[in-house]
Amino acid sequence: MAKHETPLLDQLESGPWPSFVSDLKQEAEKRAKNEKGVEFQIPEDVVEDLLGVLELSYKHGRTHWKHGGIVGVFGYGGGVIGRYCDQPEKFPGVAHFHTMRVNQPAGKFYKAEYLRELCDLWDFRGSGITNMHGSTGDIIFIGTTTPQLEEIFYEMTHNMNQDLGGSGSNLRTPSDCIGQARCEYACYDTQAICHTFTNEYQDELHRPAFPYKFKFKFDGCPNCCVASIARADMSFVGTWRDDIRIDQKAVKAYVGGELAPNAGAHAGRDWGSFDIQKEVVDLCPTECMRYEGDKLEINTKECTRCMHCINVMPRALRIGNDRGLSILVGAKAPILDGAQMGSLLVPFIKAEEPYDEIKEIIESIWDWWMEEGKNRERLGELLKRQGFQKLLEMTGLEPDPRMVQEPRSNPYIFWKEDEVEGGWERDIDEFRKHHQR
Amino acid sequence: MAFISSGYNPDKPMEDRITDIGPRKYDEFYPPVIAKNKGKWLYHEILEPGVLVHVAESGDEVYTVRTGGCRLMTTTHIREICEIAEKHCDGHLRFTTRNNIEFMTDSKDKAYALKKDLEGRKFDAGSFKFPVGGTGAGITNIIHTQGWIHCHTPATDASGPVKAAMDVLFDDFQSMRLPAQVRVSLACCLNMCGAVHCSDIAILGYHRKPPLLDHEYLDKMCEIPLAIAACPTAAIKPAKVEFNGKTVNSVAVKNERCMFCGNCYTMCPSMPLTDTEGDGIVLMVGGKVSNRISAPKFSKVAVAFIPNEAPRWPQTTATIKNIVEAYSADANKYERIGEWAERIGWERFFEKCELEFTHHLIDDFRDPAYFTWRQTTQFKF
Repeated sequence: MAKHETPLLDQLESGPWPSFVSDLKQEAEKRAKNEKGVEFQIPEDVVEDLLGVLELSYKHGRTHWKHGGIVGVFGYGGGVIGRYCDQPEKFPGVAHFHTMRVNQPAGKFYKAEYLRELCDLWDFRGSGITNMHGSTGDIIFIGTTTPQLEEIFYEMTHNMNQDLGGSGSNLRTPSDCIGQARCEYACYDTQAICHTFTNEYQDELHRPAFPYKFKFKFDGCPNCCVASIARADMSFVGTWRDDIRIDQKAVKAYVGGELAPNAGAHAGRDWGSFDIQKEVVDLCPTECMRYEGDKLEINTKECTRCMHCINVMPRALRIGNDRGLSILVGAKAPILDGAQMGSLLVPFIKAEEPYDEIKEIIESIWDWWMEEGKNRERLGELLKRQGFQKLLEMTGLEPDPRMVQEPRSNPYIFWKEDEVEGGWERDIDEFRKHHQR
Repeated sequence: MAFISSGYNPDKPMEDRITDIGPRKYDEFYPPVIAKNKGKWLYHEILEPGVLVHVAESGDEVYTVRTGGCRLMTTTHIREICEIAEKHCDGHLRFTTRNNIEFMTDSKDKAYALKKDLEGRKFDAGSFKFPVGGTGAGITNIIHTQGWIHCHTPATDASGPVKAAMDVLFDDFQSMRLPAQVRVSLACCLNMCGAVHCSDIAILGYHRKPPLLDHEYLDKMCEIPLAIAACPTAAIKPAKVEFNGKTVNSVAVKNERCMFCGNCYTMCPSMPLTDTEGDGIVLMVGGKVSNRISAPKFSKVAVAFIPNEAPRWPQTTATIKNIVEAYSADANKYERIGEWAERIGWERFFEKCELEFTHHLIDDFRDPAYFTWRQTTQFKF
């Protein structure tokens, strides 16, 4: 018999989509039975109390969680988020219910034995409730008490070779797409760079020294499956500079209906037979393609690598061979000054170990932001406040028309003195010799 | 419940301390076929909703079965995932950015046996544990935030509305009949931990009442200057307030200036915004992150407010379903929702989706607002 009645939550057990309520209930039952004889280090009925407090929120239409307190593990300023219930007498099991962020492996590949180790630890020292995964990418452990934090950290680092992720005003846990591991569109090894930078910048990740949060995300191609362009302060998007590789025989096979277009992605409706002119050539945003005499031609110089033609005919068209990535900066969600998309800073850079050139750019941006950024000001907001020119100055990068959508439409240029012949120091008496008052 | 030490000594926290070791290395978890063919994949194909094959230059194939997952997941569920991975995939699996679970195997037969196994697993109350789908021109899993389960600032729940919405959209999770993929996301407040601002359909929790002021405790619990500085519209100023016959330091809020962002509450727990009637959902549409055909776009507000209707948010899910159906009926092949709305015009979008256009939908937040008004005589009747 459940500890708390949950008539509202119970209504979320029906319907086809996996019910988190059913899952929580099976967890509550597992803890109550405790067939494995786990010596639970936090209350056994923690899941019951979580269901209870959630039911109360469903009744009230309001959350019952308080502000985080300052909790963490020694020497780190992130990775743990304090959480307390505002009805601790009713739900003592979740009175103290802190979150821990566990740094996920790049690409989110796992083996069962490792996941089980995590489960064993979390059943023993925590609630048994997780997020797989949090929005930034970490494995999230939801709910434990303060005395368990160091114990969990100790076991993770000593027995599992596993560290915490980032939270607060520091580098947040970087994340990436599946990349070259299983995607033919990936223009660089997203996992390699994500893992390398996560390790390179451990200090920035664990010890808050920034004005606010800072995110890296790695997308292997312009399809942007990890949405780096919308949510990373520095987004790394794979691209290439040479020709899209064309297999004319396969193009013909698509035209002839032997190959399913879009890798079968539109198979659920009869869209009629594949029309390469209408579906590929006419939809090309730069009109750089033509299909004539059974031959597809792409004028590479005019192509902006939007991926459409490749997505439609993956067996005929492949990304080029001269690959690298574009760096965009300043993306963020709306709070506070409105959402920002990443702005293109580096049109093309090679992504090869040890990534020194990329690191130089990262570090020059951090130097600027740490010097000039206000408390809780994201990079994108600083960029708006001080201007793109300032960013070029701080990174030492040369201006390039690729960086803008269009040139400015006002002439209010902040000329610098050294850009103007003769400088700004002038003699008024000399001027007056030729111009009476 | 006796305390069991891990070996950590609280008197000597630095003794044997291991720090800054980062995550486990990705390649120790790669299935052999992935390790062997990494960077050498030729093409892929979606064989049916939720089942993909990737073919490498070597001729090797990897079959992937994608299943929906709740991001809120217990260890009991994870252990079942492990059991499935061991039974069919030598223990290998991965998660996607959108909280799906992918099981990979090297033959088609194994993949279909796996799919059958997944489809047969249900919770006692009847919902699928591992619905297969989420590929191609359909609706994949909703990415979302914590909501009422574990966050202090939400204006709605997360897991509940997601469950309710996915139940309503379930057919499109398991089919590929739409003009293009539709990415649905939920953030339970405008902090947008889920970065929903570039989604085809975004479900966003929003407050509509200015903060309550807990004068008795405000100065004791908060740094007043930080709370004042946190306000993006300068609506907060310091104030001396009479409380129980005593004058206390506190703040005053110019309510008509409040944009309900909750940033003050983040800095000061004595300024809560949450309210049963005030809180609810904003629906935004037409965003995307892909660079395919058109540039990435922000989502735009299509419905200014829908009340929180726990436990199943029927108005929210019905409105989303309506938008998906209007889009499905009218958009060209390959057009995302935002591209469709731009082609037909937003005036037509509201008509076709049978949505009311209210003054709330006209931007009045700072400079960018101007660029969203119409500066042409080209419009549709």
